[in-house]
Amino acid sequence: MNFDFTDDQQAIKRTAHDFLADRLKPDKRRELAEAGSYDDGFWNEIAELGWPGIFIEEDHGGQGLGAVELVILQEELGYALAPTPFFSNAAAGFLIQQAGSDEQKERWLPGIASGEARGTVGVVSNGEAVLVPDADSAAVIVLVDGESASAVEAGSAEVESRDTIDSTRRFSRVSANGGGEQLGGDVQAGLDRAEIALAAELVGISQWALETAVAYAKERKQFDRPIGAYQAVAHRCAQMMLETEGARSAVYYAGWTADNEPDTTPLAASMAKAYAADAGWRVTASSLQVHGGIGFTWEHDLHFFLKRARTDGHLLGSARSHRDRVAELAGLSRAAATA
Amino acid sequence: MDLTLSPQEQAFRDELREWLEKNNPGQEPSGEQDMFKFRREWQKTLHDAGYAGLSWPKEYGGRGATLIEQAIFNEEMARQKAPGLANVLGLVMGGPVVIAHGTPEQKERFLTPILSAEEIWCQGFSEPESGSDLASLKTRAVKSNGGWNITGQKVWTTYAHEAKWCMLVARTDPDAPKHKGLTYFLMDMEQEGVQVRPLVQITGESEFNEIFMEDAYVPDENVVGEPGQGWNVAITTLMNERAGLAFGSAVAVKLALGDLMDLVRERGLEEDPIIRQRVGQLYIEAETLRLNAYRGLTSQMKHGIPGPEGSLPKWQWSDINQALTELAMDIRGPEAPTVDERWTYRFLRARANSIEGGTTEILKNIIAERVLGLPRMR
Repeated sequence: MNFDFTDDQQAIKRTAHDFLADRLKPDKRRELAEAGSYDDGFWNEIAELGWPGIFIEEDHGGQGLGAVELVILQEELGYALAPTPFFSNAAAGFLIQQAGSDEQKERWLPGIASGEARGTVGVVSNGEAVLVPDADSAAVIVLVDGESASAVEAGSAEVESRDTIDSTRRFSRVSANGGGEQLGGDVQAGLDRAEIALAAELVGISQWALETAVAYAKERKQFDRPIGAYQAVAHRCAQMMLETEGARSAVYYAGWTADNEPDTTPLAASMAKAYAADAGWRVTASSLQVHGGIGFTWEHDLHFFLKRARTDGHLLGSARSHRDRVAELAGLSRAAATA
Repeated sequence: MDLTLSPQEQAFRDELREWLEKNNPGQEPSGEQDMFKFRREWQKTLHDAGYAGLSWPKEYGGRGATLIEQAIFNEEMARQKAPGLANVLGLVMGGPVVIAHGTPEQKERFLTPILSAEEIWCQGFSEPESGSDLASLKTRAVKSNGGWNITGQKVWTTYAHEAKWCMLVARTDPDAPKHKGLTYFLMDMEQEGVQVRPLVQITGESEFNEIFMEDAYVPDENVVGEPGQGWNVAITTLMNERAGLAFGSAVAVKLALGDLMDLVRERGLEEDPIIRQRVGQLYIEAETLRLNAYRGLTSQMKHGIPGPEGSLPKWQWSDINQALTELAMDIRGPEAPTVDERWTYRFLRARANSIEGGTTEILKNIIAERVLGLPRMR
C-alpha cells in the first residue's frame, strides 16, 4: 500500500511544475486571458514534451502511460491556469480510446497524441451541446448523448463561438444535425476518465487559491496585526486546506482506479468530480474573501481562477448530478425502488 | 501509487478476519458494569491471540505491527462490529508513553497488565478550568517523603471508576513558565486521597468521571520522565491518540452510512432527490476521510511523522458523523425525538465528537499555525 506517486511520476510532476512556471508567467497568462486566445508556440512545446499523448496507447502514437500521469499534468495545468486546449483534447482521447473501434482509434488518436489534429468532447442535451471547450479549433468533436457517443469531423458540425465568464478557455455551442459516426464501445468509461481529468485541474486551481490566500493573510496587516492572526481568517484558510486536500485524495484515488481497478471507476470518478467541483468553487470564493477588496479587482489574477473553477464545475456533469450518481452506485437504487 | 495490499498485508488481514469471525463475541450487554466486564474479557481474548498492543514492540509484549497492519486491524474490528476494548487508554497512550519515556523498572512493572486488561488506565489531563488550554492546569504536586502529594481536580476521565492507574499531569513548579512546571505521574487510583464521581452526560449515561484529589500520594518511582518535563511527555500521548483512530472511525462512519441507507429504504425515500443529494454527499465525504487517512499514513511511513493531511481526519470525522446522525433524525420525521434503538443515542452522542480529543477549533488552529504557517493567534 503506497498512496504516493512513483519516482517517475514525481519527476513528471516536478518537470511540469517548473516548465509551466517558466513559460506561463502571470503577465503572459493575463495577456492570453484578456485576449481570449491561446499561444501556438506554447502548444507546440507541450506537444514536443509528449503531454497530449501521455495516456494514449503507444500503437496510436502516445506514451502509453495512464490516467494517473494525466492527473498529474492536469493538476499542474490547473495550478498554472494555463490557457490551452489540453484538457478538451485529452477528453476526446479518452472517449475515442475507450469507446472507439480499432479503425476509429487509428484514424483519430495519432492526431490527438501528437497535438496536430486535436479533439474535444461535448455533452448533448435536446439535440445540441451548449458548452463545448475548444470546438472552434478541434479536428474531431465527440458528442455524448446519454449512453451513446458520435464523432464529428470539423466542418460537418455547426460550431458557434460563445463568451463565458472563463476567458482562459474558448467555448462554443455545437450541433451535429444528426451527422457523425457512432463510437460503439464503453462511452461512460471514456467520460469518467475525462471527469477525473477535469477534477484534477480543479485541485490545482484550489491549491493556487489556497496558497495565494495564505500568503496574503501573512502579509496584509489590519489593526496592527497580520489578518492571518485572526481566527476568523485563519479558520477559513484551514477549511480551504481541508477541501483542497480532500479533493486531491479523491482525484488521485479516481485516477488510480482508472488504471488499476476499473470496476470502481464510475463511483470514484463521480466522487472526485462532485467533491472537486464544490471545493474548487468554495476555495476560490474563500480566497477572494480573504483578499478583501483587492480580490474583487480585475487587476488581481484571482478572478481568472475563480471563473475557471466555476466553469469547470458545470462541465461534464454538475456536482449535483454526480452526487446523485454516487447515491445510486452506493446503494440507493432508483430501479430497486420502482421494482 | 499502489493502493492494494502486499501479500504479507493481505495474509495479516485474512488471518485476522478469520480469527474475528470465530472469536468476535458480538453485541455488548447493556448495563455499564456488565459491559465493562465483557470488554475486559474480550481484550484478554485478543491479548492471548497476540492482537493487543499491535503497535508495541515485540520485546514489550506487543506485535511490532506496521502502520498499515494497525490500519487493517482498526478497519477489520470496525467492519465486523467487534466490541471495544476495556483498556483503550492504556493501549494507545499509557503503554506507548512508558515505552518511550519510562525507566526499565516502570516497563517491567506496568506494561504486561495493560495488555491483558488486568489493570485499567485512565487519563487525568483536563480540568474544569483547563480544557483546550491544557498547560494552564492547576492541580498541584508537592514534594514529600520520597514522593509527591497531589491536590486538585480532573474531569472528563474515561473509566476512572474502573481504573487502577491514572496518567496524571500536575504542576510541580508554580514559578516556572506554564509549559515548564508540569510533571507526568502514574497515580494509583486505589487510595483514600482519590475520589471518583460519575459525570452524567446529555445521553443520560456516564462514560466520564470527575476525580477529586486531596493529598493523593505518588512515589518518585512513578514519575515518568523528569520532573518539569510533563508537557513533552503528555504531548507524545496526545499524538498517539490521534494517529491510531482515523481508520477505525472511517470504517465506523461507512457502517453508519449503511444503516442510514437501510433507514432511507425502510421509509421508501430512495427516490427523494434531496435525500439522495445528502446521502451522496455523506458517502463522498466518508470516502474522502478514508482516503485522506491513507495518504496521511503513506506520508507518515515515508517521513516518520504525519504529513499535513494527517491532521484532518479527526475534524472531518466529527463533521460527517454529526451530519449523518442529523440526517437520520430528519428522515425519521415527526417521530425522530422518540427514543429508538439506533439513532437517538448516536445523534446525541455525536455532539461530543467535535469536542473530545481536540475541539474542531483547536484542530483548525493547529492546521493554520503549524501546517499553513499563519501567525500564532495569541
